[in-house]
Amino acid sequence: MTARERVAGNVANYVDERTGAAAWIKKNLNKVFPDHWSFMLGEIALYSFIILLLSGTFLTFWFDPSMKEVTYEGSYLPLKDVEMSAAYASTLHISFDVRGGLLMRQIHHWAALIFMAAIVVHLLRVFFTGAFRKPREFNWLLGIGLLTLGIVEGFLGYSLPDDLLSGTGIRIAEAIIQALPVVGSYLSFFAFGGAFPGEVFIPRIYTVHILLLPGIFLALITVHLMLVWYQKHTQYPGPGRTEKNVVGYPLMPVYMAKAGGFFFIVFGVTAFLGAVASINPIWLYGPYTPGQISAGSQPDWYMGWLDGLVRMAPPLETHAFGHTISWNILIPGLIIPGILFTGMALYPFIESWITGDKREHHLLDRPRNVPNRTALGAMSLTFMIVSLINGGNDIIATHFDLTINQIMWFTRFGLIILPPLAFVITKRICLSLQRADRELVLHGRETGRLVMLPHGEFVEVHEPLSAEKKWTLTQHEQPAAIELVQTDKGGVLNPKGIRAKLQARFSAANAEVVAKPTPDEVKQLEGGHH
Amino acid sequence: MKKLSSLRKHKFALPVLILVALSSLGFTFSAATAAPAKSQLAASAKSTLIAEGKELFLKGCSSCHGLNAEGGSIAPSLIGVGAASVDFQVGTGRMPMADMSQQAMRKKPLYTEEQTAALAAYVASLAPGPASLTNEEIEWERDGNTAEGGELFRNNCAMCHNFAGQGGALTQGKYAPTIMGVEPKHIYEAMITGPQSMPVFSDKTITVEEKLSIIKWIKAAEAEPNLGGASLGRVGPVTEGLLVWTFGLGLLIGIAVWLASKAR
Repeated sequence: MTARERVAGNVANYVDERTGAAAWIKKNLNKVFPDHWSFMLGEIALYSFIILLLSGTFLTFWFDPSMKEVTYEGSYLPLKDVEMSAAYASTLHISFDVRGGLLMRQIHHWAALIFMAAIVVHLLRVFFTGAFRKPREFNWLLGIGLLTLGIVEGFLGYSLPDDLLSGTGIRIAEAIIQALPVVGSYLSFFAFGGAFPGEVFIPRIYTVHILLLPGIFLALITVHLMLVWYQKHTQYPGPGRTEKNVVGYPLMPVYMAKAGGFFFIVFGVTAFLGAVASINPIWLYGPYTPGQISAGSQPDWYMGWLDGLVRMAPPLETHAFGHTISWNILIPGLIIPGILFTGMALYPFIESWITGDKREHHLLDRPRNVPNRTALGAMSLTFMIVSLINGGNDIIATHFDLTINQIMWFTRFGLIILPPLAFVITKRICLSLQRADRELVLHGRETGRLVMLPHGEFVEVHEPLSAEKKWTLTQHEQPAAIELVQTDKGGVLNPKGIRAKLQARFSAANAEVVAKPTPDEVKQLEGGHH
Repeated sequence: MKKLSSLRKHKFALPVLILVALSSLGFTFSAATAAPAKSQLAASAKSTLIAEGKELFLKGCSSCHGLNAEGGSIAPSLIGVGAASVDFQVGTGRMPMADMSQQAMRKKPLYTEEQTAALAAYVASLAPGPASLTNEEIEWERDGNTAEGGELFRNNCAMCHNFAGQGGALTQGKYAPTIMGVEPKHIYEAMITGPQSMPVFSDKTITVEEKLSIIKWIKAAEAEPNLGGASLGRVGPVTEGLLVWTFGLGLLIGIAVWLASKAR
């Protein structure tokens, strides 16, 4: 034992005698995680969150969340002597008069955009692989919560500098609040402490942005990760991987090194973006004044779909009992997002009801093997993308020589026509891929090598798959339709009635798959040629 | 008569007559040389310019705007639009139009400066209208105030031309063009003539000095380096979102794939 090892041992022993941590640490450092790039998407979100905390803390040192009117005297001359809020003036101060301030602001904003993008791709991975199934429904709900809060948190951050763009965003948020029937105007007065814009909104959202929501984020992320830890990570199917084990590498040293390294890479990419690409140049926007607006005012991308929905809504209004109900804001701004997010949150429970599957799942699905879910995902994604396109309709119009009206009409119809089309096409693609898998297992890989047999016949040589590959392609179980029980043996009508019928119909659609090859079929073919 | 004939024979008659004749000749000469050198000669030069302009107009413009600039079913009347309008439309290459699209776009001017001036003179001769200007006449650097111009710009221009003057979309394929790299006189002329979808900003709504301030702000925005790095077009969050999904997340996912594959 060298002197160094002895010292390290003494220190470790000292700590262990007082905390008893050795056993716990030993167990957890050896915890095994499966290895796949798609399991690192959530990590990107986590690391971006840490970057957001760090850079955000830096910004709070100088940001003044106040609507007090000041005259700008800083070093950005085009705004010299312009009247503005202290919030905007301090953001200019951070940008131009604090060392590294602009870089930090840009890192903070880029990190926010990456954070939201990473959450979305992480969610898509979890959805398409069925990682939300029992026992992980709670974690799915936590994830939806984090996504929703992320949108709100991002929007508040976008609103804080009180520049022309952020004020425009707040104005639209106010309009959406006011669109709530009956209580809307009261809520708006409550939030703004009077008429828009008032003087209290910026200080209020500052508290929410830097204290309340980050606190909730930390708590939810902790629980989110603890559940991953406790329930163990899911893994892709493969030889040796079962519902009862996890195949991968231990946390120490492999993932410690990988995760640590990946954190610095994410930080590096974010800092690079912050250093070379301008984001939200608030000095060009100028201070917010309710009478002003810029052409091409947009929200950040994660709210672009919402903006797109509002932009395409036809002008519908109802006037009743002295109240105006603005359907054109209410439907795209509140009702559709409400339906989408509720549906997304409930999806694990809906799917489990349709399939009648109440078992635990730790092996992931290959998306093609669950065509209906995959098609539904593609459908939702199409809906979002069509909405997002309309959110940028003015920029698309000027840069691609189109007219706003064309884009709006395209997306109006596209919103209704394209998602179902995406569903059908995706489902067909999934079934075709299943068929391809079946071919592959039965006949092997096409080598492209043509051979002429002695009697003149040409055949293509097929190379049989390895046993591991065959296992991977055929290990999944295929869903069976739930039979509709209308009456029991005694002739008593099923009390679930219409619900049972719906379940039977959905599960029948869900059971529409290409039968995977049976072991007998494989054996039979292996006997004969190709 | 007797008196007159007797005067004729007066000894001073000849010198006086010579004096009168000479001085009248001198005055006439000076009037005929000095005055015509300025007004009359200019008038004749102007009429040549107008004639030249008319000729150009008949060749290049009349098929749409009519033989007397009275307009037609596809083009507006030019009577009373003034030289400023012509200088803007022709000087920025918008007129003549390349095709019958929603809006004439800025392109390389088809006419030389002299030809443009001739066309302007011809149109101005039809009826009074705002006069054209030269860049030198617009003292934006001396009389403008950048910060004030910025406020005026955001109040009056940004809703169509975007916060940084990059342009924006209007309805049915019309658009507010970018105003980066536009000559000061053309910016000024656009404000006083209101080309295409743009409203007229008369000197009562925006004073001459305020117009110069706006120009000064536009020129400042044009000259301003991109302080935060690549500008991404100064069009707001759309291009930022595009970059984050392509470069940002694309790169990070690529790295994740690389990290995961190394371990195998």
